[in-house]
Amino acid sequence: MSLDVALRHRFPAADLDLAFTAPPGVTALFGPSGAGKTSVANAVAGLLRPDAGHVRLNGRTLFEDGTWTPPHLRRVGYVFQEARLFPHLTVRRNLLYGAPDDRGLAHIADLLDIAPLLPRRPANLSGGERQRVAIGRALLQAPDLLILDEPLSALDAARKDDILPYLERLAAEASIPMLYVSHSLAEVIRLASHVALIANGRLAGFGRPEDVFSDPLLAAHLGPRAAGAVVSGDVTAQDPDGLAVIATPMGDLVLPLPVAVGQPARLRIMAEDVIIARARPEGLSALNVLPARVLDLHAQGATVMVRLTCGGDQLLLARITRRSATALDLAPGTPVHAILKSAALVVQS
Amino acid sequence: MGGLTVQEWQAVELSLRVSAVATLCSLPFGIAVAHLLARREFRGKALVDGLVHLPLILPPIVTGYLLLLTFGRRGPVGALLEKVGIVFAFHWTGAALAAAVMAFPLMVRAIRLSIEAIDPGLEAAASTLGASPRRVFLTVTLPLALPGILAGAVLAFAKAMGEFGATITFVSNIPGQTQTLPSAIYSLLQVPGAEPQAFRLIMISILLAVGAILLSEVLAARLRKARLT
Repeated sequence: MSLDVALRHRFPAADLDLAFTAPPGVTALFGPSGAGKTSVANAVAGLLRPDAGHVRLNGRTLFEDGTWTPPHLRRVGYVFQEARLFPHLTVRRNLLYGAPDDRGLAHIADLLDIAPLLPRRPANLSGGERQRVAIGRALLQAPDLLILDEPLSALDAARKDDILPYLERLAAEASIPMLYVSHSLAEVIRLASHVALIANGRLAGFGRPEDVFSDPLLAAHLGPRAAGAVVSGDVTAQDPDGLAVIATPMGDLVLPLPVAVGQPARLRIMAEDVIIARARPEGLSALNVLPARVLDLHAQGATVMVRLTCGGDQLLLARITRRSATALDLAPGTPVHAILKSAALVVQS
Repeated sequence: MGGLTVQEWQAVELSLRVSAVATLCSLPFGIAVAHLLARREFRGKALVDGLVHLPLILPPIVTGYLLLLTFGRRGPVGALLEKVGIVFAFHWTGAALAAAVMAFPLMVRAIRLSIEAIDPGLEAAASTLGASPRRVFLTVTLPLALPGILAGAVLAFAKAMGEFGATITFVSNIPGQTQTLPSAIYSLLQVPGAEPQAFRLIMISILLAVGAILLSEVLAARLRKARLT
């Protein structure tokens, strides 16, 4: 599948003007609240008619100058932020509302763990249950594309952890391409194969999460705390002292991770959590010290975003002060050591 | 109620028939107009809204006279309808028409409010699930607006039971033909010493009105209960 989107639309507050082509897999629309992510999703689903542009799905033109496919003929499934289950129908009838027949029902109910809820009504479901039913309802219509608009944002942390595995399973099965709208970095890194970074109605960046989130030029859009590298690896050992060894392209990392040996893990290393040293430091409590090389530097006020390459072509991002950058005499090509204060596990699939 | 005269019985029976026919026949139009006003933006919306509310603010005698001019035997619409066998003037169907017109603003208002209270997001969700606008209306909007439709119908029925001014102007006050309960009460009050009979009809009026409200409450409660289990 491919989804080809180009949109221009005037809003009272801010204008939307962007274009991107989403390859197969899960594409995240990522950006701060009010950036225009939901408007893009609505335009793809046919709930918003843009002033100009086009929407093409698998070569099918859904919107262009003289063409307008109404939402009910688009075969685009939509999971809304607030579930939007029909209150007058049972869970079962909600699930089957858009389905051609009930053949897929048992499988989906099983996948999402909602079989016991079938005879009940939405009013007495928990937030997490409602959202799972909404996902099932959208899947059962067998859509060509599934849009998920902040499906987890209305839920508390525990509920999020309940649903994320289902979404991961869906993303991994990859039978249906997905557009995942979110302002949560952790969700996007866990689920997305591609990210469209949206800021003020424009496309600020597009690419694999690893590349977009470690791009120092995009750090301003992500916010200083969100910028950082994404590293994938496999757990090769679980030491008795509770630390796991993860083999990554930049070398072995030692971290307390609750992941079984042999399992893949995706790590996020925030730019703030990386310290740069010219010489290999001695007598340091940090366990992960990796040889690296400066790729480039991007000054932003008093801070500098330093892009490092580590173990070949793995990118690492470090946020240091301008004064430190001057004191260390950093320039492209400078060999350094990167000290990781911490790394967060984001995927364990 | 064996104490009622034939004429009194006729008035009760006629009023019930007129009100039921007025309510049931105007309900589809009421739902359509309410849906239009609640969900669509179009030019002349204020005009339609004003027209619907007109019977509420005009003196009933004016509404009745306008109906007579339009739907009377020599009226432009009345003359046309007479050719296909539909007669309104001085006929019980005319009483139903007058009652329906007078009750229409109340019916539309109740249904419109209940449609406006439905989250448009649910209708949008239904459309992304492949439902055509028609199916969205029939399977989402209509069932969710049902309590309001019920309330609108009961309100219209009660209003129709009490309609007097437009009815007596349009179809007069012919016993057994167009003499509804209010017209019968009015006639009795013109006769010296007939207050006891008038009072019996007044009691029946009150009972029917209260009964209609109670019935709608019971139905609405049942509807709510069904939705929560």
